[in-house]
Amino acid sequence: MSSTADAAPPALRGRRRAHPIARFVARRVLAAVLTLLAVSVLVFLGTEVLPGDAAGAVLGRSAAPEQLEELRTEMGLDRPAAERYLDWLGGLVQGDLGNSAAGYAQGAELPIWDQIRPRVANSMWLALITALLVVPISLVLGVTAARRAGRPADHAISIGALAVISLPEFVIGSALILVFFTWLDWLPPVALIPPGESALSHPKALVLPVLALLGATLAASIRMVRAGMIDVLRSDYVEMARLNGVRERTVVWRRALRNALAPSVQIFAQNIQYLVGGIIVIEYLFTYPGVGKELIDAVAIRDVRAVQSIAMFIATITILLNLLADLIVLLLVPRLRTELR
Amino acid sequence: MSRLRFVRTGSGLVGLSLVLGVVLVALLGPFFAPHSPSAPVGIPLTGPADGQPLGTDVLGRDALSRVLWGGRSVIGLAGLATVLAYLAGGTIGLVAGYARDWKDGLLMRGVDVVISLPALLFILVLIAGAGTSTTALVIAVAAVQAPLIARVVRTATLEQSVRGFVEAAVARGEPTRAILFREILPNVLGPVMADAGLRLTYSIILVASVNFFSLGLQPPAADWALMISENRDGFSLNPWAIVAPAALIALLTIGLNLVGDAIARSLGRSVPAGAA
Repeated sequence: MSSTADAAPPALRGRRRAHPIARFVARRVLAAVLTLLAVSVLVFLGTEVLPGDAAGAVLGRSAAPEQLEELRTEMGLDRPAAERYLDWLGGLVQGDLGNSAAGYAQGAELPIWDQIRPRVANSMWLALITALLVVPISLVLGVTAARRAGRPADHAISIGALAVISLPEFVIGSALILVFFTWLDWLPPVALIPPGESALSHPKALVLPVLALLGATLAASIRMVRAGMIDVLRSDYVEMARLNGVRERTVVWRRALRNALAPSVQIFAQNIQYLVGGIIVIEYLFTYPGVGKELIDAVAIRDVRAVQSIAMFIATITILLNLLADLIVLLLVPRLRTELR
Repeated sequence: MSRLRFVRTGSGLVGLSLVLGVVLVALLGPFFAPHSPSAPVGIPLTGPADGQPLGTDVLGRDALSRVLWGGRSVIGLAGLATVLAYLAGGTIGLVAGYARDWKDGLLMRGVDVVISLPALLFILVLIAGAGTSTTALVIAVAAVQAPLIARVVRTATLEQSVRGFVEAAVARGEPTRAILFREILPNVLGPVMADAGLRLTYSIILVASVNFFSLGLQPPAADWALMISENRDGFSLNPWAIVAPAALIALLTIGLNLVGDAIARSLGRSVPAGAA
């Protein structure tokens, strides 16, 4: 990349330059850290610069001025914004998310992390199970549509995907509740998971949230796999394999799929924010005890510090997942590795 | 007529009819509502009965009347947010694409940051700061949509700003503002407006989601998304109070997406992935 490295004699170049993958990872990690810093500024400005503050939200409009002043001192709101920002950021870096205003309302200090810790695992299971199902289903449907491009099976899959992709997640979820609860009475409309218990020990409560999230993410991935596969099936090397008498099934699943996946995994990686946004909506719809539900609850009671910290937590996870997906693409597609040099 | 070419595709026509149908229900519905959207007419969450074809909602109000009243807010707020997003995003894109200096770098890094995170996350943060109001909702939705528009406008501006007619305007000594809005803007409108259907769909989804969280419009407002949220306890008692608003939102977004898809294809472009 840098001109000095290019100018160095070939013998030196190998030693001076790190492995291309290592450099790529280093660059991406640096970009992720800078993005998170920018996000922290946006989140802080978005919640604190506007009029009204957390102490007022805790005590309500009828609060006495002295009482308000006292709580503001206790919550540290009497200090300048820049100082509070640095304090908050310093805490976040050390894993301290601060105390929630809901705690102050009860006259105690309630760490936000204690509040969301039991819910992190629940959200993770929801995302993980959905991701594990999305991959094989979108591969089968996407490849099927691509192989029959322009024929009825393709039209059915493509139009279905286009219709579902345009729906808000809560409409998909409500439709599922109507079918599986109102009509069939098979599954509960509310994910009742007692505090302290894992979502995994209540499989019935997980089914509908997973199905709803699946509906919200599947359509986009099917469209991506289909588009990637159609491109590759037209390429010379696939034609060559066919001419050489390789069986069509082998051509599609062994030769073409790997290269067809490159663009779709890449686009999928860039679209992880839609999956995370979907989780927030689905958790609220099913009253599923996850981090997204916690965020909405914190917004509803205007618990500013909790909103800031939970938002940063979700942003960090999203960007880490993005990073991870980028690395997976790199491992899946050798061609991209040579392009890095 | 080439502008309406998308109608000739089957899916474009179906989409347009769906959108027009739902918009008509939203605009004219209130004139046909048999009851007031806010006064109780019976026992809460009872099924369809005489005079109440969709039954009653969670507070005993007529569900049909609330459905007929509840579309204006969805379409109005989302439309307003989309217009605001185009104004803000268009200006950012024009300035960044024409400047091509540190301003471009700074603006586009900001755009990257907002785009890389869930839109709902930023919207919820802004609402936590500003309080629940429709003003906050519209501004927040516009704020997360503007970066997507800015990116498209910037690319189109980059292409146009090296053209001869722009250089001629620079040579004539025209002020930058005139060059941006009189020379470049008319030429970038085409590719930018092609996405309008998809942007509006996304605005509707975001506005409806926030109303569904009860963090935008507040009860007792009649709004399709808010109705679904309010009547969630009635899934077994009176599902019609949920089915009707959910179906109307679904028809609207599906129709808009079909139109957007048809327009994009008639312009010979593929639909951006994850646009919805």
